[in-house]
Amino acid sequence: MSIAANIAGEGGSTFSSDAPGSLEPVLRAQGLSKQYGPVTVLSDVTLDVLPGEIHAIIGENGAGKSTLMRLLSGYVEPSHGTLSMSGHTVKFAKPSQAQDAGIALVHQEILLAEGLTVTDNLFLGRELSRGHVVDDRTMRRLAAEKLAQIGCAVSPRALVRDVSLADRQMVQIARALLDDHKVVIFDEPTAVLTGGEVERLLEIVLQLKAHGTAVLYISHRLDEVQRVADKVTVLRDGKMVCTYPGRTLSQLDMARLMVGRELAALYPEKTVAPSDVPMLSVSNATVPGYVEDVSFTVHKGEILGFAGMVGAGRTELFEGIIGLRPATATVELKGKSVHFQSQRAAIDAGVGYLTEDRKGKGLLLQEHLAPNLTLSALGVFHPGLSMGRRREAEALEQAVETYDIRLKSLGAKAGQLSGGNQQKLLLAKVLLTDPSVVIIDEPTRGIDIANKAQIYAFIQELVAKGKACIVISSEMQELIGICDRILVMREGRITGEVSGAEMTESNVAVLATSGPKPGPKAKGGTEWLS
Amino acid sequence: MAVMTESAPRRRPLDLNISWTDVGPFLALAALLVVGYLINPDFLSATNLANVITRSAFIAIIAVGATFVISSGGLDLSVGSMAAFITGITIMFMNAVAPHAGIWAIPAGMAVAILVGLLCGLANGLIVTVGRIEPFIATLGTMGIFRALITYLTDGGTIPIDRSLREAYRPVYFGTVAGVPVPILISIAVAAVASFILYKMKYGRKCAAVGANEDVARYSGISVIRTRTVAYIVQGVCVAIAAICYVPRLGAATPTTGQLWELQVITAVVIGGTALRGGKGHVWGTVAGAVILELIANLMVLSDFVSEYLVAAVQGVIIIIAMLIQRFSNSK
Repeated sequence: MSIAANIAGEGGSTFSSDAPGSLEPVLRAQGLSKQYGPVTVLSDVTLDVLPGEIHAIIGENGAGKSTLMRLLSGYVEPSHGTLSMSGHTVKFAKPSQAQDAGIALVHQEILLAEGLTVTDNLFLGRELSRGHVVDDRTMRRLAAEKLAQIGCAVSPRALVRDVSLADRQMVQIARALLDDHKVVIFDEPTAVLTGGEVERLLEIVLQLKAHGTAVLYISHRLDEVQRVADKVTVLRDGKMVCTYPGRTLSQLDMARLMVGRELAALYPEKTVAPSDVPMLSVSNATVPGYVEDVSFTVHKGEILGFAGMVGAGRTELFEGIIGLRPATATVELKGKSVHFQSQRAAIDAGVGYLTEDRKGKGLLLQEHLAPNLTLSALGVFHPGLSMGRRREAEALEQAVETYDIRLKSLGAKAGQLSGGNQQKLLLAKVLLTDPSVVIIDEPTRGIDIANKAQIYAFIQELVAKGKACIVISSEMQELIGICDRILVMREGRITGEVSGAEMTESNVAVLATSGPKPGPKAKGGTEWLS
Repeated sequence: MAVMTESAPRRRPLDLNISWTDVGPFLALAALLVVGYLINPDFLSATNLANVITRSAFIAIIAVGATFVISSGGLDLSVGSMAAFITGITIMFMNAVAPHAGIWAIPAGMAVAILVGLLCGLANGLIVTVGRIEPFIATLGTMGIFRALITYLTDGGTIPIDRSLREAYRPVYFGTVAGVPVPILISIAVAAVASFILYKMKYGRKCAAVGANEDVARYSGISVIRTRTVAYIVQGVCVAIAAICYVPRLGAATPTTGQLWELQVITAVVIGGTALRGGKGHVWGTVAGAVILELIANLMVLSDFVSEYLVAAVQGVIIIIAMLIQRFSNSK
């Protein structure tokens, strides 16, 4: 079965392991299907997972990956098909049964009780006790051991609320690994991680493998898949396309198999060269606790990238500049000195900010699309006493058209859209205020490759229209693909700049992780800006 | 765009899904009227209905204000004591100026009532937003303060309204325009203005956005502090309007005026379909909710099945049923 044939969608070939018969699959799914009413979300998936094997599941959003994982871990019962573990047929009516059988799922979303400590969360629902008294000391000791084992430095006594997003993910992983499991399923584990943390996670995965545990690994990041996967199963539109041995596929092959057709270039051609007209100049920006003395300038027609690890202070820097958190900075917009007291002032002056937290800070998921679209532009959009509903409806139709937002009806709610379409709606919302400087924080987090390509094209269009664009991203490839210039931040300071041929992953990674730590007196690189 | 699979269809039907949350309160109201008629045909008589709705007017007016506060993600427990406090201040002011201003003391007193209501609402709003204190705790505090102030002002007794004003003020509660009692007209007017603000003005959008997700509102350039404070001010003004209607009915302010109103108000809002955690407010649903509460009480007085001492219990059952209906219609 050739890759080309699979791309054409003939589907259903299963690659058998290198040494057939050598190992009994610890988990086997046969003809697994799931229907919700008339809608089939997953059909006829057959899968063998061997002990000590890293089995990656890839596919676009909506391909059925999460459904498959939920079937395997007992959150959902299959409509057809069977599961067996080590040769015995099993049926899971609820997640705890799958857990007892030795299958652990690390969720994509972080599901921790924020008001409890790390230890409390690790043992939530399975607290250790002596008699009727909860045995805190033993639990803390075990928690500390488990956290140390996966290289997570948080204190077992810390409240989850006070712990960074990346560490929360680690806590969640520690929770899943607390007991020994036969199969561990990771659902998009690296979506909120960057650089070093991804490495740590991949090490954990390899550790599990060395232990003889089977790992099912779902990820959007094909580079990770290529590095660690022994087998890759591709899902497309709820069907299994094929299973290949991991290292035989290039990333491009995987992308083709996922999309089912030849991929155009993911990143758009640069149509305009950046000018040297400064649009937004920031000097000596300091956000207490996060950012110290950062200066930079973005020019008309330029896409400026901000790279760095989670916690490097990139989001905080821009939230500080636009008045969302306390900060001091000298800001010039188009040559005029400005100071944004609030996000409102920044929007009115023409600086738009697209948050990295689409669901928590970007959109009202329970609301219809039109109110979401115009929420930042209420003043512009509804100049009179009462609201201009017709103008609003027109704006929505236009946004749906322009940004190719796929929806069932204009009466849909934001939460009903897929991640990619939500992101496009959010972009439309920010651009509705007609900003001249657009700051986009994590433009493509957790969205599929087709939507990514569209968003890159939209960003390119923005600068072609003479706006300036700042892109904050934890995906280095994305920054390298679309940016004219990349600034790298580490521990709240700018550690360097790369542009042109110097924009390589290794250069950026060095600056983001191990570059010379800037001394307290060093100016965060103002010299090379002027 | 080479990676698209299909182009989005040109025309999409606008779906006109009517949710149970929107129509539920009115269906319940209609059902209650039918049940009432079956139990006692007098129930549907114009006089009885007018009486009942007039009595529900205070709660309805205050609850319309509470719809703003709850929609914006807040809560106000102080409305009952605030009503008593405003009533007291208003009567004292009217009595004080009556010898000089005569009948003009009444409009002046009304203006004072509105002003005091506005300031009380502002105080609640600022404590919650600028002081960043949980609305429950903040208004629990002001609830005690207002109640204590009115007890102090009345010296534990009552402050009756001046005899010279009593006759002139009567029509505000007991009068009718074209056969409709004035309090009913006032509550309809209040609800109409409120629904214009919530559904037709920018403020309504901001209010619902702040209540649905404070962060989204903040990141959209909406001032959470201003939006929520305005909601409390609206609440204060509504309490003042209710107090103005209430003065002629009792003719005096007492330390027990408006006791437990806050619970009835919150019940009316929730029965009306506004979620207690914030989000979209349902003004007319709230009004229906207030009427439902009063109708139930009336029905129990008119019928002999259930002791009227159990009114609160039945109202309690109603609120729980309303919440269950909301839960089931949401999970669909």
